[in-house]
Amino acid sequence: MSAYCELRNVTRVYPGNAGQPALHALGPINLELEAGKFYSVVGPSGCGKSTLLEVIAGLAPASDGEVIINGRPIHGEVADGVGVVFQDDASFPWLTVRDNIAFGLRRQGVDETTIARKVDDAIRLMGLNGFDNAYPAQLSGGMRQRVCIARTLMLEPQLILLDEPFGALDQQTRLLMGDELLNLWRETNATVLLITHALDEATMLSDKVCVMSARPGILLDTVETGWPRDRDSRIVSKPEFGELTSRLWALLREESLKAMDIKQRTG
Amino acid sequence: MKRATKVRIVVLVGAVVFVELLCRVGIIPRFTMIPPSEMAIGLYHLLASGKMNSDLVTTLSSVAISLCASVVVGTTAGALIHAWPRVRRTIDPLLATYYSVPVFVFYPMFIVLFGLNDIPKIVIGFLYAVAAVVINTLNGLDRIPPVLLKTGKVFGMSPASTAVRIVLPFAAPYLFTGVKLAIAYSFIGVIGSEFILSSDGIGHSISYAYYNFDNVTMYSLILFVLVVVLTINMSLHSWEKVLMQRRGFK
Repeated sequence: MSAYCELRNVTRVYPGNAGQPALHALGPINLELEAGKFYSVVGPSGCGKSTLLEVIAGLAPASDGEVIINGRPIHGEVADGVGVVFQDDASFPWLTVRDNIAFGLRRQGVDETTIARKVDDAIRLMGLNGFDNAYPAQLSGGMRQRVCIARTLMLEPQLILLDEPFGALDQQTRLLMGDELLNLWRETNATVLLITHALDEATMLSDKVCVMSARPGILLDTVETGWPRDRDSRIVSKPEFGELTSRLWALLREESLKAMDIKQRTG
Repeated sequence: MKRATKVRIVVLVGAVVFVELLCRVGIIPRFTMIPPSEMAIGLYHLLASGKMNSDLVTTLSSVAISLCASVVVGTTAGALIHAWPRVRRTIDPLLATYYSVPVFVFYPMFIVLFGLNDIPKIVIGFLYAVAAVVINTLNGLDRIPPVLLKTGKVFGMSPASTAVRIVLPFAAPYLFTGVKLAIAYSFIGVIGSEFILSSDGIGHSISYAYYNFDNVTMYSLILFVLVVVLTINMSLHSWEKVLMQRRGFK
């Protein structure tokens, strides 16, 4: 298997302005994402997880180092075949569920018959039946996030970046959404990178979990879960699940304390 | 029909009937006010006679020009001010205190500048309306969640395309509020100016009728202005309500 996405010595420094010192948020980070695998990134709050995602997505430029996606280095622009699901609700409030999901396809000039068929499939797959013509304001937070996931997956991205997409959901919904995500991942064969603060979520979903340090975030370790490809949320009852989650916490505890210390000192 | 609507109609009709009675009984003398029914009949005859046509055209076209100019200039200015935070910091206090300026005091100056024609009153209507458009444009642009702009980038959209397909539709309800206010302010500015120093227009006709003790014409025209302004604003309001409900605003 070859690396679909590769980070070489990537750092991100927010330039200081108006008397504020520059903030070294991230790196240097070296990371290879093998095609078709499911990765998670966990780390203490403020460690630069979201910054890492933005740099890979091309939404923020790397201050130093290189991001290579599908063999091509990116320079602060979004590479082809990359889909992003954000933590915040990114559904378009002026469009119906159907039009939200179809947004990307319409921009690509896909014909309406194909769009209608694909959107129908997505609505069924995402459990949004009967809400075709509802506006996001009429949906729950979880349903809105599903609309956003569907909108992203419509374009069949090869690399799916998810920034705490289930952050706003309750625990049961998270587990079920995790199952759906695993299904989609298996069907599409895409590479997935999930940013999360939930260790159990990372353990359950991923082939590999990358653990980041407190700011400036670097990779401390990568934990391989060794789950079979056709896993689902029932693995949370396996003894290995507990062991893996404890291992992640052992790695993270020290860093989380450091992160809290940083927070106390700076603000 | 909703209960609130019924109550509203009852109160309105009740008030009109009450005033009608006061006038008919003579508690309100005729030289102060004519009964509402006579206003309506007077308005009908006035409009049917065609005497008012040129005044109507003058006033409504002035309002329309003031409105269009304020929407175009206000939206553009709002977008530019939003794009330049430094300009914004300078202008913000000016915008906040803008409505403390009685624009009408500049009317003599505008007549000197533009002459005794429609332009001074259009300018006054515009000056009243444009600030409302700017303020509401800024309000709409301020509320766009950054994540929607990021989504645009992920979809590979150019800044122009993002502006048309994401920023504009998101800000639409706020822009709508600005336009609604701009209509009201354009009417106030234009008709108010016609009272002061104009030789035509509805405002001029009302003031002319007033000085000639022509109560029927005066009250008919006042009724006309009320009906026109309320009809426009209420239809916009109900359209706005549909937009807002869709977006989850109560």
